[in-house]
Amino acid sequence: MADSGSEDIAVIGNTDLTPSESENNIKNAKKPMIEKGTSLLKRMEISVAEAEKRTGKNTVNMQETYTVYLIETRPVDAALEGTNPVPDSLWRRYSEFELLRNYLLVTYPFVVVPPLPEKRAEFVWHKLSADNMDPDFVERRRVGLENFLLRVASHPVLSYDKILYSFLTEENGWKENVFETGFQAKADSRLKALNATFRVKNPDKRFADMKHYGDDLQSVISQLLRVRARAADRLYGVYKVHGNYGRVFSEWSAIEKEMGDGLQSAGHHMDAYAASVDDILEEEEHYADQLKEYLFYADSLRAVCKKHELTQYELEMTAQDLTSKKQQREELATGTVRTFSLKGMTSKLFGQETTEQREAKLKMLETQIEEGEELVKERNAECEEFVKSAWVDVEMFKEQKDRDLREALISYAIMQISMCKKGIQVWNNAKECFSKM
Amino acid sequence: MSTGTSKPLASSGQKSLQDICHPLSAEESALSLHTSSTGEKDLSLPNGTPVDTSSPASSSSLLNRLQLDDDLDGETRDLFVTVDDPKKHVSTMETYITYRVCSKTTRTEFDLPEFSVRRRYQDFDWLRNKLEESQPTHLIPPLPEKFVMKGVVDRFSEEFVETRRKALDKFLKRVADHPVLSFNEHFNAFLSAKDLNKRLGLALLTKMGESVKYVTGGYKLRGRPIEFAAMADYLDVFTQKLGTIDRIAQRIIKEQSEYLVELREYGPVYSSWASFEEDLHDSLEGVAGCVSNCSSALEELTEDMSEDFLPVLREYVLYIESMKNVLKKRDQVQAEYVTKLEAVVFREDKKTPVPTDVERCQDRVECFNADLKADWDRWQNNKHQDFRQLLTGMADKNIQYYEKCLAAWESLIPLLQDKQEAKGETN
Repeated sequence: MADSGSEDIAVIGNTDLTPSESENNIKNAKKPMIEKGTSLLKRMEISVAEAEKRTGKNTVNMQETYTVYLIETRPVDAALEGTNPVPDSLWRRYSEFELLRNYLLVTYPFVVVPPLPEKRAEFVWHKLSADNMDPDFVERRRVGLENFLLRVASHPVLSYDKILYSFLTEENGWKENVFETGFQAKADSRLKALNATFRVKNPDKRFADMKHYGDDLQSVISQLLRVRARAADRLYGVYKVHGNYGRVFSEWSAIEKEMGDGLQSAGHHMDAYAASVDDILEEEEHYADQLKEYLFYADSLRAVCKKHELTQYELEMTAQDLTSKKQQREELATGTVRTFSLKGMTSKLFGQETTEQREAKLKMLETQIEEGEELVKERNAECEEFVKSAWVDVEMFKEQKDRDLREALISYAIMQISMCKKGIQVWNNAKECFSKM
Repeated sequence: MSTGTSKPLASSGQKSLQDICHPLSAEESALSLHTSSTGEKDLSLPNGTPVDTSSPASSSSLLNRLQLDDDLDGETRDLFVTVDDPKKHVSTMETYITYRVCSKTTRTEFDLPEFSVRRRYQDFDWLRNKLEESQPTHLIPPLPEKFVMKGVVDRFSEEFVETRRKALDKFLKRVADHPVLSFNEHFNAFLSAKDLNKRLGLALLTKMGESVKYVTGGYKLRGRPIEFAAMADYLDVFTQKLGTIDRIAQRIIKEQSEYLVELREYGPVYSSWASFEEDLHDSLEGVAGCVSNCSSALEELTEDMSEDFLPVLREYVLYIESMKNVLKKRDQVQAEYVTKLEAVVFREDKKTPVPTDVERCQDRVECFNADLKADWDRWQNNKHQDFRQLLTGMADKNIQYYEKCLAAWESLIPLLQDKQEAKGETN
């Protein structure tokens, strides 16, 4: 495990977690957000250090401008030794991150895969640019991409993935590697399955509840972000209009003798007050980003629940198929027609089959039933496997979510406190000027 | 604390005409510490100005104000007037509000040291007109606006009546503090007469002769002394700036109100989120509570600005209008004098007009100028104090708003952090 690029890193994460191992994972996950457990992050420092604009020809041979992000990696040991070598680095664009994530989604359907920062700016308020090229947007995206990589690289399952490692270290060979896995074929069927509607008879209640939770979370965070954007617009207006006081006090002070100085200085404080809202709202944007992450996480959560439904459904279908085959066998063997069937009707009309035909049919059914039972056993095992490993990940996700969101609320409260203190200070300054008028 | 919706004033109800105490009859009651409707004691300064003791800063400013009053103009105050206790009167003909006007004085012109009457807005308007007529060389303080658009403003809502009461109180105090106006016989009547209407006719007859005849039409402004021209210029610019400040304040109130609308939605979203969370439930509810507290604080700020800040600005605009009128009158008096003087110069050969006529005009001009200058200085002084108080008050209200919000968020932090630590420990 200490070697980098070791060949015995499994592509599919270890699904057979013993109780003690899963307990260990949960313990590790409960420490501060990005845990350097036995994961990639322990061995390697990862950061998305910079962003740059590039122009080039795209797939349809047209000029386009896009942004690339610099991923820097450095073995942890080197930093500890104090030699501080230059980190390895490569450039990636957003679409490559998307590709990586799609691969992870398909390959680890039981994992709540961390989300990417939003593709397009949503929930904007008027001052915030909806332009993907806007430097503030690019900066926030850089932070989001780094966050994504850190979360993936510290995940007890995902972090061992070879393709992930290749993404981080091989600038050029990576795309071939990922396409070689053939994940795209699975991607299409996955997409179809996720969007299909089907009725499961016996879903695991925990997953059904989780799916509802995911729906609720998505709905409430969307609402929150919408209200926040409108409130930000209004708050911006309140602060900026105060700037007009600055100008009028200055003009007024020109015709006053004793009051002039006080008015003038108070006016400057009003200007400062108006200007302060830009920083305030920038900080609040960070809070909005934290909420957005969990908005998108809700999607991942729902995908896992949906996958469970799918495996459960397939199991139920297979079992149902087996039951009907067994029934057919019984009917054939005893000669009784339990259920109405075309065969039954035609045999009545055209006479019974010969004994040979019946024997042949029975034999076929027997083989089918045997295969069927094997299939049911397989599907059952798959289902159980999925439920076990998925639930571990879901529990881990829940812990992480509670921690992260509480941290976000704390920093939001701290932000509000700082805003109030600034307000008190400015108005106290203005008050002093007024009282000295 | 008002919740933003207008509350109708308690009415005296429909009683038979005999039972209704005549609103203009004098009530004799001792002036003492009076309680407001909330049951809290309203502390008043000796001259009747109510003191706001809600903010910690006010106790020291209270001291300052007491000391300042003692020194003002070197005069000792001997007449204190207050306007309070608004009451609604419902009769078959009309509904209106009366206010109690309490006076406390050592002046011998009055029969009693303390007395009060009830007056309605009409009576204040009458007083102001009489003062303008009888003291044309002086600046008469303004009254709050007479007309209110019915349907737009509720004339009987608590907020409107209170705003008006404050303005009427300020009006009488300014008159009472004026060394000339306070001795005016109409003012005396207003404060003490049982029945104002009787005096109305008499007053009209005796004062008619003294009213200044105005020269109608254009008059030449040349020869207007620089200081009065400067006053006029100052007033023009000042009006403009006040107008701008009024517009800015209104805009801020509007933006704050719209911000409040969003905040009011914000809290409930956190609550509904809390409803389907387990560990996060308390934290989210805490945030919802905080936002709700901030909303209330903002609502108070917006109301205060509407009720206390804007009316004072508007009052000063009216004050400036009065001042401009007085300046115009002065110009006219001077023009009259100049015309008469020129007539004397050009008609030396003909029957000369009585020189005393010209002399009288000259006296009038000089008196007017002197009175106006004195009043101007007084007005500037008052303006200085009033605006210092107004703007400091505005700053105070904003500080209080932020302090309330700060307290709310600071109390939330320990709740959030405890939860975080508790989670860490149980593992």
